Amino acid sequence: MIAKEENKEVKEEIEEIEENNEIKEAKREIAIPGEAIVSGKEYLPGDGTRRENEDIVAGRFGLADTSGRLVRIIPLSGIYMPRAGNIIIGIVTDTTFNGWLVDIKAPYNAFLPVSEFSRYIKGDLTEYYDIGDMIACKVFNVKHRSIDLTVKSRGLGKLEKGMIIYINSNKVPRVIGREGSMIKLIKDNTNCEIIVGQNGVVWISGNKIEDELKAKDAIMFVVNKSFIEGLTDKVKEWFDGGKEK
Amino acid sequence: MSYTKRVDGRKFDETREMEAKIGIIKNAGGSALFKFGDTIAIAAVYGPKPLHPQHLQNPSKGVLRCNYDMLSFSVTERKRPGPSRRSQEISKVSEWALSSIVDLDAYPNTVVDVHIMILQANASTRCAGINAAALALASAGVSMKELVSSVSIGKIDDKIVVDLIKEEEDCEEGEGATDIPMAFTKSGKICLLQLDGKIRPEELKEAIKAGKKACKEVYNVQKKALKGVEGKD
Repeated sequence: MIAKEENKEVKEEIEEIEENNEIKEAKREIAIPGEAIVSGKEYLPGDGTRRENEDIVAGRFGLADTSGRLVRIIPLSGIYMPRAGNIIIGIVTDTTFNGWLVDIKAPYNAFLPVSEFSRYIKGDLTEYYDIGDMIACKVFNVKHRSIDLTVKSRGLGKLEKGMIIYINSNKVPRVIGREGSMIKLIKDNTNCEIIVGQNGVVWISGNKIEDELKAKDAIMFVVNKSFIEGLTDKVKEWFDGGKEK
Repeated sequence: MSYTKRVDGRKFDETREMEAKIGIIKNAGGSALFKFGDTIAIAAVYGPKPLHPQHLQNPSKGVLRCNYDMLSFSVTERKRPGPSRRSQEISKVSEWALSSIVDLDAYPNTVVDVHIMILQANASTRCAGINAAALALASAGVSMKELVSSVSIGKIDDKIVVDLIKEEEDCEEGEGATDIPMAFTKSGKICLLQLDGKIRPEELKEAIKAGKKACKEVYNVQKKALKGVEGKD
């Protein structure tokens, strides 16, 4: 199973995740906890909702998506909750005899075992990852209280140079865009390498610091304007017309 | 002489002007402000986050911690800053009121911290605090069953009045003043009911009825604040 996953490219997986999270063009309204979104047996409760008799009731604050039979809440705020398969960026906080502890900006600590390192390890673990290193990794397993990570995929591992910015993890699908369109646009226009972690940590690396700053501004632009429709075109305009607004 | 006219000219079943705002503290996970006239409460929510020391963790459900405090400039006579007997009690009752609406089962081994600060006090501070905290929890994206709304009902002499102010609380005419802070969920369940003073059972029933009605108004204000979030941030 691991070997199969190894073959997949990181980009493909990002797209896969993004497809699940993509916001459909449908009328969405803000739902508040305890409020009935729709009524009827034909609807099914999805993420962030529950059934109460006939009604589908919101279980958290966010946008209610009623475009299909499955009613769900698209969160606007809230902490990142890890899910298996997510690509994330974390900071190594400690090394143990058989792996590393990683802070992934979630309510739980994550663990990266030596067995999930990309190759055979001999000797001191700190020679590979030391405390304070940023690593791109994938959530491999979410059990009751522990989160296991892996770096056995192409594009994962230690992030040597570049800069890190933090964004609201709920805006990550917007930053990536439909089928990666938004992030591709930003990459092409700034000549930067970018990894957007599902936990809201973004790594930008370019040849020049100006490029990196431009990419950062572009990402912040997307995050701040995440409510606007046709955002990809807006970002295109933003790149063409310099730094208006 | 019975209490026929309220000090500030309101009707007996009228609350003070309410105002609610979301997202006032940028670094918090969620935050809100709630005003009852010149009683102003702000609330900030941090978490869910890992709980330390570890022996306090609960593997079957999360922990809610609530901290209520009146700031030293919130009252006319400077309040000595820091926790007091009174603030500890209010922290605890707010915690109980809120823990019944937060879906803590979704966050095992973690803690959700709620900080309630009173910027300006003119009675009903715990009610304003709970209202603000409910909004802050919602805006922090915490999994919740429903919202909670709170209001204080009083009995001045023999009249049931809604949303007391300090002057009414200190009233000593006739039977004196009774203060009953209460909190209801949207579906009408009681989350908080305290009583300071004396009241007859039938009057208490009447007071709860009045409280339920007033909480509906509070809920509408809370709802409006949450619905108006779009386009912001």
